[in-house]
Amino acid sequence: MSVPLLSVERLCVAYGRVEAVRDVSLAVPQGSIVAILGPNGAGKTSLLGAIMGVLRSRGRAAFDGQPLEGRRVEQRVADGMSLVPEKRELFVTMSVEDNLRLGGFRRRGSAEFGRTLEEMWRLFPRLQERRAQLAGTLSGGERQMLAMARALMSRPRLLMLDEPSLGLAPLIVKDIFRTVAELRRTGVSILLVEQNARAALELADYGYVLENGCVVLEGPASELRQDERVIAAYLGIKAVAS
Amino acid sequence: MDLSIGLILIQDGVTNAAIYALLALALVLVFTVTRVIFVPVGEFVSFGALTLAAFEAGKVPGTVSLLVVLGIAGAIGRLWTERANLSARMLGGIALETVVVPALIAALVTWLAPHKPPQIVQVLLALLVVAPMGVYLYESVFRPIAEASVLVLLIVAVALHLALVGLALIFFGAEGSRTTALSEASFTLGQLFITGQSLAVLGVTLVLILALYVFFDRTLIGKALRATAVNRVGARLVGISPAFSGRIAFALAGIIGALGGILVSPLTTIYYDTGFIIGLKGFVAAIIGGLVSYPLAAGAAILVGVIESFASFWASELKEVIVFMIIVPILLVRSYGTQVLEDEE
Repeated sequence: MSVPLLSVERLCVAYGRVEAVRDVSLAVPQGSIVAILGPNGAGKTSLLGAIMGVLRSRGRAAFDGQPLEGRRVEQRVADGMSLVPEKRELFVTMSVEDNLRLGGFRRRGSAEFGRTLEEMWRLFPRLQERRAQLAGTLSGGERQMLAMARALMSRPRLLMLDEPSLGLAPLIVKDIFRTVAELRRTGVSILLVEQNARAALELADYGYVLENGCVVLEGPASELRQDERVIAAYLGIKAVAS
Repeated sequence: MDLSIGLILIQDGVTNAAIYALLALALVLVFTVTRVIFVPVGEFVSFGALTLAAFEAGKVPGTVSLLVVLGIAGAIGRLWTERANLSARMLGGIALETVVVPALIAALVTWLAPHKPPQIVQVLLALLVVAPMGVYLYESVFRPIAEASVLVLLIVAVALHLALVGLALIFFGAEGSRTTALSEASFTLGQLFITGQSLAVLGVTLVLILALYVFFDRTLIGKALRATAVNRVGARLVGISPAFSGRIAFALAGIIGALGGILVSPLTTIYYDTGFIIGLKGFVAAIIGGLVSYPLAAGAAILVGVIESFASFWASELKEVIVFMIIVPILLVRSYGTQVLEDEE
C-alpha cells in the first residue's frame, strides 16, 4: 500500500485538563474521501484544528510522508493542506473576490492564480454573481461556498471540511455535496467532518466514528452504512427502510 | 477674538492635526493587525525630530547606536521564534536584515553627519536611522509574545515606552531642539498668513494617507493586512502568517512615527519626552475612531488639533486637560451606540 496523504497517530488535544481528543489514529489515502462522524462535542472540530495546526496537540501526524511536528498553520497551507472551518472565518468586511484572492495569497503572482480564480467562478457561479458584494452580506449557503472556494484557491491536495452542511437548507446541502464529489474527481483528497451521517457515508470511501474524543468504530463507508450501531445512532430508522 | 485670529488658530490646529492623524493611523494599523496599542509611537516622533536636529548640528545622533543594538535584539528575537524552522538561507536573511543593514546605515551616517549634507539628505538619513526600529522592536519584543492578551501587550508597550524615553534622555540630553523649516516660503491668502511649513506638513500627510489607501485597497499584501485585522484565524488558514502582517504594520508605524517627528520639529520645540504627548493626542483620535476606523481616526485628529489650538488661545494652561477631556463624552456616546459586527450568522 502506498503512503497515505495524511496519517495521524495517537493524536491528543487537551483544553487545560479536559481532553477533547484522545489517542486518535486515522489515515486519508491519496484521492479518497474520508468521513468523521460523531455527535456534538465528540471532538471532531478539535481533531481537524489539531491536524491543521490551529490547536496544539500531542501525538504524531504526517502529510505526504513528512512529519507535521513544528510546522505552523501557514506552512501547512503551503504544503498543500487547507481547512474550511465550521465557523467559516471569512473576511466579512471584504468583497467576495478579495476573499478568494486572499485564499490564493501564497500563490500570488503565479500563472495559475488567475486560472484557479476562473475555475472557482465556474465551480460556484453564485459567487461570481456576487463577486463585488461584501462577504458579510452573503447568505449561509453562499458563505459556505465562499469558504470552500477560498480554501481551494491555495490548490490544496488535502481539503478538510468541518460541518459543511451545518445550518443550511437541504437543497443547498445537496449542492455542496455535489461539489465535494466533483472535487474528488479533480484529485483533491477530502477529510470530511459531518453530522449529516447519511450524506457523508454516501459520499465517503471510509469512515470513522468519534465519541468522547475516541474512535469507537471505523471501516469502509459501505460497511458503516450497514452497521447496526451507526444506523441506530446516526442514520435513524429511515435508513433501514430505504 | 476676531475672524483673523480664528483663522490662524484653525490653520495652526489643522497643521498639528495632520501629524496627529498620521500617528492615529499608525496606532489603528498596529492595533488592528497585532492587537498591540503601540504607545512607543511617540518615541519615534521624538527620535525622528531629535535625530534630524543632531544632523543639523553636524553631530552623529545616539539613535544610531540604538539602531545597531535594536537590530541585534531583533536578531535574537527572530532566532528564538524561528528556532524550529531555521535554515541556512533564513539565517542569511536574518543576518542581512538585523546586522548588515543597521551596520551599513550606521557607517553611512557616521561618515555623512560631520559634513552637514543638504536638508533633504538629512531628512532621509533621519528616516533611515529611526524607521527600521519599528520592525526590530516587533521582532525582539512583540513577536515572541504575539499570542498574549491585549492587556499584557499593552503593559509591555508601556514598559517599552518608558525604556525608550530613558534612552532618549541619555542620547539627546534634557535640552529641547527645533529644526529649521522644510520650507521658509510664506504668503498671505486673504486674511490668512500661510507658511510653507504648514503646507509641507499637510502635503506630506495627504500623500501618505493616499499611499496608505492605495496600499490597503489595491494591493494583495495590503489586503492581507486588512484580512489579518478582520479575522486572524481566517488569515492564518489562507497562509497569511501573523508575523508577516505584524512586520509590515510595525515597519509602517516606524516610518510614520519618524516622519511625524520630522514634520513637527520645525513647528514646536521637541524634548526627549515630547513625543509621548504628541502620540497621546494621536491616541485620542484613534480611540474616537474606536481603534479600528481609519477615516474616523483621521477626522477625529482634525477635531483634536483644532480644539487644542483654540484651547491654547483661551486657556493655555488647561490646553492638555481640555484635549484629553474630550475623550470622555466621546467614549460615553460610543458605548451607547456600539454595534458589534456579526462574524457569522
